[in-house]
Amino acid sequence: MNNSTESRGQRSEIRDQRSEIGPGDGEAASRPGERRGLGKQLKALLGLLLRDLEVLTRDLGSRGSGKANSGKSYSGIPGSGLFVKAFLGLFLRDLRVLLREFHVFLARVGMQPLLFLFVFTFILPRMGGANLMATGGGVDFGTILLPGLMAVAIMFSGIAAVALPLSQEFGVTREIDDRVMCPLPLWAVALEKVCFSAMQSIIGALLVIPMAYYVPAAPVRVHVANWFLLALVLVLSSLLTGSLGLVIGSTVNPRQIGLVFSILVVPITFLGCVYYPWKRLGDSGLVWIQMGVLVNPIVYMSEGLRAAVTPGIPHMPWWAILLALVFFTAALGRWGLKGFLGRVLA
Amino acid sequence: MIPLIVEIEALTKVYESKLRVVALDGIDLELKEGEIFGLLGPNGAGKTTTISIATTRTLPTSGTVRIAGIDVVKHPAHARRHIGVVPQFNTLDRSLTVYENLYFHCRYFAFSHSQAKARALELLGQFLLTERKDVYPAQLSGGLAQRVQIARAIAHRPTVLFLDEPSAGLDPQSRMAMWGAVEGLHKEGITVLLTTHYMEEADSLSDRLAILDYGRVLALGSPEKLKATLGAHTIFDLKLKSRDGLEPVAVAMKARPDVTNAEVTADGLRVIAATSDGLLPVLVQAAAGHGLLDLKITEPSLETVFIQLTGRDLRE
Repeated sequence: MNNSTESRGQRSEIRDQRSEIGPGDGEAASRPGERRGLGKQLKALLGLLLRDLEVLTRDLGSRGSGKANSGKSYSGIPGSGLFVKAFLGLFLRDLRVLLREFHVFLARVGMQPLLFLFVFTFILPRMGGANLMATGGGVDFGTILLPGLMAVAIMFSGIAAVALPLSQEFGVTREIDDRVMCPLPLWAVALEKVCFSAMQSIIGALLVIPMAYYVPAAPVRVHVANWFLLALVLVLSSLLTGSLGLVIGSTVNPRQIGLVFSILVVPITFLGCVYYPWKRLGDSGLVWIQMGVLVNPIVYMSEGLRAAVTPGIPHMPWWAILLALVFFTAALGRWGLKGFLGRVLA
Repeated sequence: MIPLIVEIEALTKVYESKLRVVALDGIDLELKEGEIFGLLGPNGAGKTTTISIATTRTLPTSGTVRIAGIDVVKHPAHARRHIGVVPQFNTLDRSLTVYENLYFHCRYFAFSHSQAKARALELLGQFLLTERKDVYPAQLSGGLAQRVQIARAIAHRPTVLFLDEPSAGLDPQSRMAMWGAVEGLHKEGITVLLTTHYMEEADSLSDRLAILDYGRVLALGSPEKLKATLGAHTIFDLKLKSRDGLEPVAVAMKARPDVTNAEVTADGLRVIAATSDGLLPVLVQAAAGHGLLDLKITEPSLETVFIQLTGRDLRE
């Protein structure tokens, strides 16, 4: 039995070596366990992306990796290149898992904004005056909704990408023990989670834009006056929700993670100026709500995207938005990191 | 001089909660390069806490641990390069295949793509896992999962491998295969620290071992030394046809300096001796007149030492 296993092993090794000789085929193609199907092209793209990252970090890591691989160098602390490579390794791992089920990811981030736009900006306007939401203030609802839905997409990604897997890894499987054994400071392991989640959030948010272009009955007035502001708001918002995910994932009992959605996610979404601009709360005499929601970080995400994508709609001043986003990111990041370290280190 | 790979000094760990628990109460241990070191003790003795601290997953209350000269509290990330861990529970990445578990583990340790791939394939071959490389961990049996965990633990060529109760929950075949793998690694020169409940395993595998209880090291040394110095004995059970006139034989046996005790039993005679050297012919001769049917020799076992040191009461 052993002989046959070994010979088969050798054969597959030879096969893999051969595939490595040809530099033309992407990394994804030579990977085992690849399921052919929907995302084949995407995966080829990933292969190229991985290769680029590889080349990019080769120099960075060369200082540390020589020692790491030679095994028996007891002395010496390697350069920071080792940390960069370990961080990248974690990122690649997450990318691999995400891309294997990329269609699931697309459905997860796309379904909610798609249905929202479909119902509120396609179906309801056709029902005429019954829909007050769609006609308020003379601006069509789609234009108000677009930045809000982007904010929701960012938030959902942050929670789905960090909080849910983290609570599972902390829970029965204790998979986190594996990740924690990487030659990286623990804060960097947490940071990788937040960064990877931020990447998903940004993809999720950008997906909303084409939807808002095609779905609503009335055209959505998108006008990006300041690309720098848009990039800044997107990145800050994504890091903010990643940090929120870290807080939830490391503090909430895995068995009660479902509760988070009804107790936390739904309220902060509905009170997050997603479906209405913040300024109009005051105009409508609801000043107490207008002041109350200021503790809700989602408000600044919606308003920030409003300022960046649909500046025609009244919004908060950009400096207040950025200040609040930085503040909430720092506060949640700190809290989340503390929770993470508390869970990992006994 | 053989370099020290693991140095544990005056290690304590106190869990402050409603109930103050002293898990470790001043542990000192040193592991030399290339040895297999066994950590024995009842549940709650402090074995897992010791391993957790040494592998940077728990912070000590006081004391130091150095792995390959690196302080694990001051430089945990660097110390981890030298550490391979096979934890008590299956912590394989459920979202990755067996191959990917090994491949990405290598990437975490700064291997390049081609290095990681080569290493992962090499390990699959070495641990006879090539056929299962595309299988997800959830589909593996306990023994196979354990094998993948060992392969993963050594993938980055650590200096010391920690095995926390690696044979718990494995069937005898898997256990033997696992020990085969560990002995193979030992021959390659890797240092191993393991905890186990199986006395025979600790006995046959460890170069040296420590018996822990209540957070203290009760005994330390090679299995032979522990058995010799802690009063483990060889037991000779003689099954005899006739028991008439055995008492004088027992008394005569007891008078010998190397015999601790001798008594007449239902079947014949039992002699407990500190050493078995030269005693066997004497016994056979003495029993000759009584019709020797059977002779059973129980070698000194670690279990007798262990029980003697830690007592017989059940731990939680």
